[in-house]
Amino acid sequence: MEGPKIYGELFGLPITQTLVNTWIVMAMILVVCAILTKNMQKRPGKAQVIAETIVTVMDGLVGQTMGKDKMKFAPWMLALIMFLAFSNTSGIYGLRSPTADLNCTVGLALMTFFMTQFFGLKSKGLGGYLKGFLEPMPFLLPINIIGEFANPISLSFRLFGNLLGGGIIMALLYSALAGLYFFPIVIPVPLHFYFDIFSGLLQSFIFTMLSMVFISGAMD
Amino acid sequence: MIGDANIVDFLLQFLGQFDGIDVIKAFSAIGAGTAMIAGVGPGIGQGFAAGKGAEAVGIRPDSQSDIIRTMLLGAAVAETTGIYGLIVALILLFANPFLG
Repeated sequence: MEGPKIYGELFGLPITQTLVNTWIVMAMILVVCAILTKNMQKRPGKAQVIAETIVTVMDGLVGQTMGKDKMKFAPWMLALIMFLAFSNTSGIYGLRSPTADLNCTVGLALMTFFMTQFFGLKSKGLGGYLKGFLEPMPFLLPINIIGEFANPISLSFRLFGNLLGGGIIMALLYSALAGLYFFPIVIPVPLHFYFDIFSGLLQSFIFTMLSMVFISGAMD
Repeated sequence: MIGDANIVDFLLQFLGQFDGIDVIKAFSAIGAGTAMIAGVGPGIGQGFAAGKGAEAVGIRPDSQSDIIRTMLLGAAVAETTGIYGLIVALILLFANPFLG
């Protein structure tokens, strides 16, 4: 699996395969949301029950992980986990996953990083936030600063490495099976199940849970 | 020959026969394979976590789904250093900075 192909240029910025696949994932999420929330009533039909279940489960997860007073983060966390779930599993519908590109994962990890710093500053004040770096002992200040920067780096590289590794293994498998005279229809299936579905959903859950833990830990 | 009185001189003379680029390619391939030894760490750590998870389910079977969720969360965080080794190997194989 090579790097993402560049399709063209727009105002001097390249249009890469990652960007186009992100638009496709966004379109898929919009279609799913439109189908699930069409014609909502007080006595819900089947589609509305699915939508309500998803929102209730996510609200429960945010309340359990971050605390009942931080429910305002629930919509962002649900959007994040839906985007990651749809884009990590892109291998099963033939797209190169947008999160197999370091630009995408670093962007998402930087969003979490800036949210952490901003809400930590807002809830503890400037003095409390700076004093937090001197806890528990003042000579640990450089280690605390490095630890703060290590969080988004490890978040982005974990997601990127898992997705790129899975993509490379599937590409190698397909190129190895291309030599057989019958179309490879059965052998890739369990590998798709492990790399795309299981690993993709697990990594999206991990990214969201770690974001929740970092943000609520900074707000204390 | 006079120059290979010891093993280091012999090796350097052997490597000196080849073009510089080929030596870099050869050692990049060796380095990529050596970087994957980092996969031992997560293997041991995640196996230990799975054992602890199984033990916890044995003590309290009714909280199985919580225990499994915590175990998967911890295992995926512990996997990170193994992924760092994979990234070094992939960079050496596909985006090698020493080969321009």
